[in-house]
Amino acid sequence: MQLISSVSVGVGGAATIDFTSIPGTYTDLMLVLSARATSTTATITVALNGSSTSFTSIYLNGAAGFAPTSATGTTLVGYASTSSHTASTFGNLSIFIPNYAGSANKTFSVDSVQENNGAASVNTTIFTNLWSNTAAITQVTLSLPNFAQYSSASLYGILKGSGGATVS
Amino acid sequence: MALMKIVVNCETGVTEEIELTPAEVAEVEAAQAQNVIDQAAREAAETAKATAKASAQAKLTALGLTEAEVAALIG
Repeated sequence: MQLISSVSVGVGGAATIDFTSIPGTYTDLMLVLSARATSTTATITVALNGSSTSFTSIYLNGAAGFAPTSATGTTLVGYASTSSHTASTFGNLSIFIPNYAGSANKTFSVDSVQENNGAASVNTTIFTNLWSNTAAITQVTLSLPNFAQYSSASLYGILKGSGGATVS
Repeated sequence: MALMKIVVNCETGVTEEIELTPAEVAEVEAAQAQNVIDQAAREAAETAKATAKASAQAKLTALGLTEAEVAALIG
């Protein structure tokens, strides 16, 4: 797994983190995010190649013992810690996108936790997602109004060796 | 404070902080607002389902079923 790019949010915050011109030279992508919101809005959404349409999701949320939930059209991929949570706590998520440069529709999975370090209920969520689009993914955009300072995102590329082994 | 976007060009390695246009601000806010609404609706549906299940369990127990029997029926 090789780091493609990494970014840390500055003092002013940011509404979106946008990885563009992603090279198609890897087998899979892994995006990891550490996030805190400056407001009480926790929902983190994703767009691929600038598109927020044709997404389907099934997810299991451990916050209140919910049953698996399916949702068509949602671009939700997780929950950041918010201004109502314990200071300096950050949620995190990882998005795994296999065969991102292929010509089939794109599936991806997400593990997300919303850290609080306190008693209040928070979301622990796992998603399976489908983006019904056959284009190679060259752009991944994460949105949250508003990523707090020190939130960070790193995009990794995963290479499969010719014999199927992972290349470091 | 103006909303910003961080754009990371993976080809060049250049990172830019760019102020969102009013249209982009509206788009982000609308998407987030819709997600909050959708999430609330899904949670309300799940809560209603859990409440109905608890009610059914209580009624079955009142009829004389044991907890094991209720669990065997509805989990």
